[in-house]
Amino acid sequence: MYEKDGEKYFVVDSHGHFWDASRENWREGREEFAKGWIDCFYGYHQLAPPETHWDYEKFLKPTPEDLERDIFTEGHVDVLIHQSTYLKEWYVNGFNTTEQNAATIEKFGDKIIVNGRFDPREGDAGLKQLEADAKKYNFKGIKVYTAEWNGDSRGWKLTDPACYDFLQAAQELGVKNIHAHKGPTIWPLNKDAFSADDVDHCATAHQGLNFIIHHSAIPRIADICYKAVQEPNVYAGLSVVVGALMHARPKFFAKVMGELLFWVGEDRMLFGGDYNIWTPKWQVEGLVDWQMPDDPAFSDYPRMTTASRKKILGLNAARLYDIPVPAECQLPEVAAEAAEQDPAKPGEQLVAGS
Amino acid sequence: MSDTVAGVWAALGTVMDPELDEPVTDCGFVESYTVSDDGVATVVLRLPTFFCAPNFAFLMVADAYDAVMEVDGVRHAVVTLQENQTAEAINKGVAAQSGFVKAFEGEATAELDELRTEFLSKAAIAGQDRVAQPLVDDGAGPDELAAMTLGQVPPSVDLDRLRDRRMKLGLPTGDDAPLLMHPDGSRVTTAQVPLHLRRARLRRVGIETNGHICREIMKTKSAAGAS
Repeated sequence: MYEKDGEKYFVVDSHGHFWDASRENWREGREEFAKGWIDCFYGYHQLAPPETHWDYEKFLKPTPEDLERDIFTEGHVDVLIHQSTYLKEWYVNGFNTTEQNAATIEKFGDKIIVNGRFDPREGDAGLKQLEADAKKYNFKGIKVYTAEWNGDSRGWKLTDPACYDFLQAAQELGVKNIHAHKGPTIWPLNKDAFSADDVDHCATAHQGLNFIIHHSAIPRIADICYKAVQEPNVYAGLSVVVGALMHARPKFFAKVMGELLFWVGEDRMLFGGDYNIWTPKWQVEGLVDWQMPDDPAFSDYPRMTTASRKKILGLNAARLYDIPVPAECQLPEVAAEAAEQDPAKPGEQLVAGS
Repeated sequence: MSDTVAGVWAALGTVMDPELDEPVTDCGFVESYTVSDDGVATVVLRLPTFFCAPNFAFLMVADAYDAVMEVDGVRHAVVTLQENQTAEAINKGVAAQSGFVKAFEGEATAELDELRTEFLSKAAIAGQDRVAQPLVDDGAGPDELAAMTLGQVPPSVDLDRLRDRRMKLGLPTGDDAPLLMHPDGSRVTTAQVPLHLRRARLRRVGIETNGHICREIMKTKSAAGAS
């Protein structure tokens, strides 16, 4: 929990990892890819305030003590949701698998939620694995990485028929939330793997699931904004948005936040710190202090209120994951009712009125 | 600097990062460029590793090759890409003039013209915000903006850019062409102006944000000695 000026913020970090990118884990013959991947992350890491930078060697593999300090002791986070990313083509034991992430549950209990993953290209074996994992870890969320390599394949789409089989199976196993990496691309060779075009079809076809688009589809923010206006079950994840822009490019951070607040709305934006690309402390504190600039160029963007900050930092994710929120951190009921009447999404009204 | 070397730099200034919609020279993507006494231009491009996908990289290297070959005094051009994981395939493909699909046989299915068109189309939308925003700031309303033609807009670099993107897309660029235009070339009605301008700005914010992240990554990469 984070407290500032008498307000208490319940913080759910919707995008964490507990990864192993150590040299010992680089797959033989694929070292350049394993290194390239983590080097790319290390590049993003540099966009944080300098005092939060880690040494490269340490960045490769955090310890449980690092995670405890950075997330819970100093980072103000009440619940961390791990997004499992396998990348077994490059990392022998995977980059951050469900098992790796779940190891942190033993230490931190209910403060950690581990999301699973699936890859529709794995067919029946993949379905069986999903079922076993979902039962073992009680998944409520799944991370999908459509640009992941698999043999000769360089990616897949959310609209692939096999993916629909997996989504149905996941839903039957109790999964409510699908987290899709539709952000900065790593290496898909086919332009389709860049596009977030598959999200709206998939979201329309699966009304019982929520689709959280990580990194708000940077650099294709417009795509996610349009989809969120059309599809009530599409959410914007703020990982990378805050981490890469708030410190390094504050003016553009304000613009991106303005667009997201306008089109997606504060009820469907989820804070994500993307540990350990970035630590959450400066991001949480910065978001609570942040306001749309008074500059006329920003005057027609929605402004942040204490309620919007509380929703974005934790209440929205708590709703999606049925996480109990202490009464002192909840919004006053009057405000909650008002939020239901007013979707806080002016973009929808503009589209409806045109 | 000889005229030919200056010509090569100028030519590279016409090569765009398709998604950022900015010249590779402004993005810091040109590592080096030289011209030998016998007219061989050698250009090395570098892109933010991983961040830049192969199809974009291919477009930029191929466009740079075409642009440099047009320069007076250049007899032959060698344009290569440094430090990208797929650099070898791209370099060979461009050198052989074989196209993207051939360079990535078995891995890519589509040539890149469609991708280029898609990004040009986005740039043509974003460009309308660049040109129209100052007019809005000066008090122009929906009626006025819907009726406004390119010829009525004060000259600016942004207006030239907008015309250029439209020309490449085969859209009207003359003085009588409307300033606000849908991607299919149709006119934006007064009622559509507020939503259209919001969308144009959204496209611009997306493109420019990406450019900022890209440049920031390049900067840290250079500072780290391209480790």
